[in-house]
Amino acid sequence: MEITTGWYLVLGALLFVIGGTGLLIRRNPLVMLMCVELMLNGVNLSFVAFSRTLGDIGGQTVVFFVLVVAAAEVVVGLGLVVAILRRQPGSTADDLSALKG
Amino acid sequence: MVDTLVFVAAAVICLVGALGVVLARNPVHSALMLVMTLFGIAVQFVAQEAHFLAAVQVIVYAGAIVVLFLFVIMLLGVDRAQNLEMSFLPVQKWAALLFASGSLAVVVALIVVVGEPVTGVHAMGGTLGGTDDVRLLARSLFSDYVYAFELTSLLLVIAVIGAVVLVRKPKQTNPVAAEDGGGT
Repeated sequence: MEITTGWYLVLGALLFVIGGTGLLIRRNPLVMLMCVELMLNGVNLSFVAFSRTLGDIGGQTVVFFVLVVAAAEVVVGLGLVVAILRRQPGSTADDLSALKG
Repeated sequence: MVDTLVFVAAAVICLVGALGVVLARNPVHSALMLVMTLFGIAVQFVAQEAHFLAAVQVIVYAGAIVVLFLFVIMLLGVDRAQNLEMSFLPVQKWAALLFASGSLAVVVALIVVVGEPVTGVHAMGGTLGGTDDVRLLARSLFSDYVYAFELTSLLLVIAVIGAVVLVRKPKQTNPVAAEDGGGT
């Protein structure tokens, strides 16, 4: 059995969906951020698969930028988590409903 | 044959790690499972001849980001186990499962129906081929995507400043700062 692009895309979709589900059902903000990383990695895998199929380096360049943005996102996200949990120790995403109006 | 074996092994590693991230009760275990998934993805990158990205994946993700996660977990002491059943809103689990199965079905159906999903314009930055993906990536990064590259440097500076501002302890309101107008 030969591994075609579709297999990589299906694996990327599975990772994306697992990450999205985790983002919806977990309430620990740290684990939610990890699930966002899972989703980004699923998309990265699709980009690299397309890059190889099309013979175009652009897909790999986009993955490079996604890595940078993911790093920035984690830095700011963890900063927020630290600031919030320092104020209200042990709070989950359900406790942070001050802006719900 | 070897390709198939590598793909299957790495895919199993990725999926087990991903499920571990979602299902582990202890955030430390989630972070370690995330490392497993990221290594699996790195193997997939190598299998698709993206050697530089595989190295960056291991160094940046597994080396920096997950360590940052573990650092924050240890710093905050939030490594208590979360009871997975307690904290759901009533319909949340079912809504999440509906989302998961629905979007997975749509995406997989698209991939299967379209078959060989090649669209778009070919090779703006240079065609792949051979093993010098670092050279191609660098050329593309510093020619076609140079503005985006500069913007990412700005983004990183903003992120660093934002993290410092966010995590800084709020200053005690002392009379001196209140008198001189308070710069903040």
